[in-house]
Amino acid sequence: MPAPSLGDYLALSAVLFAIGAAGVFVRRNLITILLSIEIMLNAVNLTFVAFGRALGSADGQIIVFFVMTVAAAEAAVGLAIVITLFRHRESLNPDSFTALKW
Amino acid sequence: MPAGISTSDFYYILPELVLTAGALVVLIADVLLPKDRRAALSWVTLIALGATLASLAPFASTRVEIAHGLIAVDRFALFFKILFLVAAAITVLMSVRYLEVEGASPGEYYFLILCATLGMMIMAGGIDLVTIFIGLETMAVSFYILAGFIKPSQRSNEAAVKYFLLGAFSLGILLYGMSLMYGLSGTTNLRVMATRFAGQEQNPLLVLAVILVVAGVGFKIAAVPFHMWAPDVYEGAPTPITAFLSVGSKAASFAMLLRIFVEGLPAMSGDWRLLFYVLSIVTMTVGNFAAVTQSNLKRMLAYSSIAHAGYVLIGVVAGTARGVTATLIYLLVYSFMQLGAFAVIVLLRREDVVGDELKDFSGLHVRNPFAAFAMLLFMLSLGGIPPTAGFMGKFWLFSSAIDAGYYWLAVIGVLNSAVSLYYYVRVVVFMYLKKETIGSEPKATPALAVTLAIAVAATLILGVYPRLLFEVAEASARTLGMVPITTALR
Repeated sequence: MPAPSLGDYLALSAVLFAIGAAGVFVRRNLITILLSIEIMLNAVNLTFVAFGRALGSADGQIIVFFVMTVAAAEAAVGLAIVITLFRHRESLNPDSFTALKW
Repeated sequence: MPAGISTSDFYYILPELVLTAGALVVLIADVLLPKDRRAALSWVTLIALGATLASLAPFASTRVEIAHGLIAVDRFALFFKILFLVAAAITVLMSVRYLEVEGASPGEYYFLILCATLGMMIMAGGIDLVTIFIGLETMAVSFYILAGFIKPSQRSNEAAVKYFLLGAFSLGILLYGMSLMYGLSGTTNLRVMATRFAGQEQNPLLVLAVILVVAGVGFKIAAVPFHMWAPDVYEGAPTPITAFLSVGSKAASFAMLLRIFVEGLPAMSGDWRLLFYVLSIVTMTVGNFAAVTQSNLKRMLAYSSIAHAGYVLIGVVAGTARGVTATLIYLLVYSFMQLGAFAVIVLLRREDVVGDELKDFSGLHVRNPFAAFAMLLFMLSLGGIPPTAGFMGKFWLFSSAIDAGYYWLAVIGVLNSAVSLYYYVRVVVFMYLKKETIGSEPKATPALAVTLAIAVAATLILGVYPRLLFEVAEASARTLGMVPITTALR
């Protein structure tokens, strides 16, 4: 079996990105939406790594570390915000958040 | 990219280092100070912002790239850094009273404001995708927390969740576009990228990258159709944070936008000009017409701020030195009138009144003539009536569009300004013509009075004597690489 080409990796990351983006719109649970966003960010990581390898430059790999760190920080803050909201509402369905017109 | 960072690089990021140190001092002072002395933290924060502003002085005419092209220290960055620091200081001034009324602890609040300001400064200086991305996230994560800072308030919680979800989603889109830009150029430096993209104009992947980055940035500046988070977040977030968000975050995102597109993608200017052309028209129109129906003033100002993003995009579409100059001028002018308007809302927030509904403004002229006059001035300025700064800002934006040949854009902009007058004047009608008043007397604390005085003075002086600002903004805009006018979409 031949080694996967750059195009294969890009196709895979495009599919992952589409799955993540679709999940954000389709899913009705805050935690699942968060996971969908993580899938999008990992699709981005895959693109960076694939390009970095194809170009023979380390930049692509290094950016991935930054993206991963930032994604972790975002997840920490995001989960804290979701927990605060859950204490008020006892619900994770974004459709039930109606104090502000959505 | 060769490795290693020299000591001179640290000299050039002195303002950022000062601000970081200031933020840490605030955080430590919060722990050390006894509970009843925590109000002093606002002073520490103001001193930190002042020290940072002073440390910008040695770089008044510097124009270098440091750390192997990660950050540029130039007049363009300087202009935005001053804007962010002034906006942050005004935000701190209006926060003192607000935090008292809401009973929130000030420590982390001021720390996060300084962190957000630091992120904005890095965004304005960044000429590398990595730097811009890190700056953007430093700012955004701080704002996610600040938006939900009033923990007992459901509205504040909801604002935080909505801002966080759409912010993270837009980050994914922006990063995907950036990853394609990196892959097609083999570099993350925007200026190197610009030379490598020459001749790749027809590459469909590059067009896709431009579309993705436009969408990602569109979320950050709250351009229609990526604006749906803005009204909810602006209404639910603590009022001073709404003010800072609508001014600082928006200006920083425009700095990022100009860096990415004007410096990094001049080859694709045909594509992004067309996209921003459409976005500008839709954003102005939807923002203004949606604002007409609002009865909550924070929500109305949110839609008005969306509309103003549309006006500012006019300067970006023009893309000429004049267009970028007009963009810088308008962002500064808009900062003062927007912060001023929010300061009046903070003034109306009392223990017994929320103060952000239109009816809360009725009879303000009788009870607090100065606040009413200030609000009148801000409303006229936002609507673009001479002799206020808002008029001069709009004048430059529209004339830059005409100058670059976008006549329709200018015409639609003027028509939109006329529509916007309807809802701005309505606030004035409530303040001056309605009699019935509610709640206790709205009194300005010294900090709020200073805030209003600064905003009023800036709105009037920049409107009557705009020459100085124009020269400063033009010198700043000139340090940004310009798009040749020949590629303009006519």
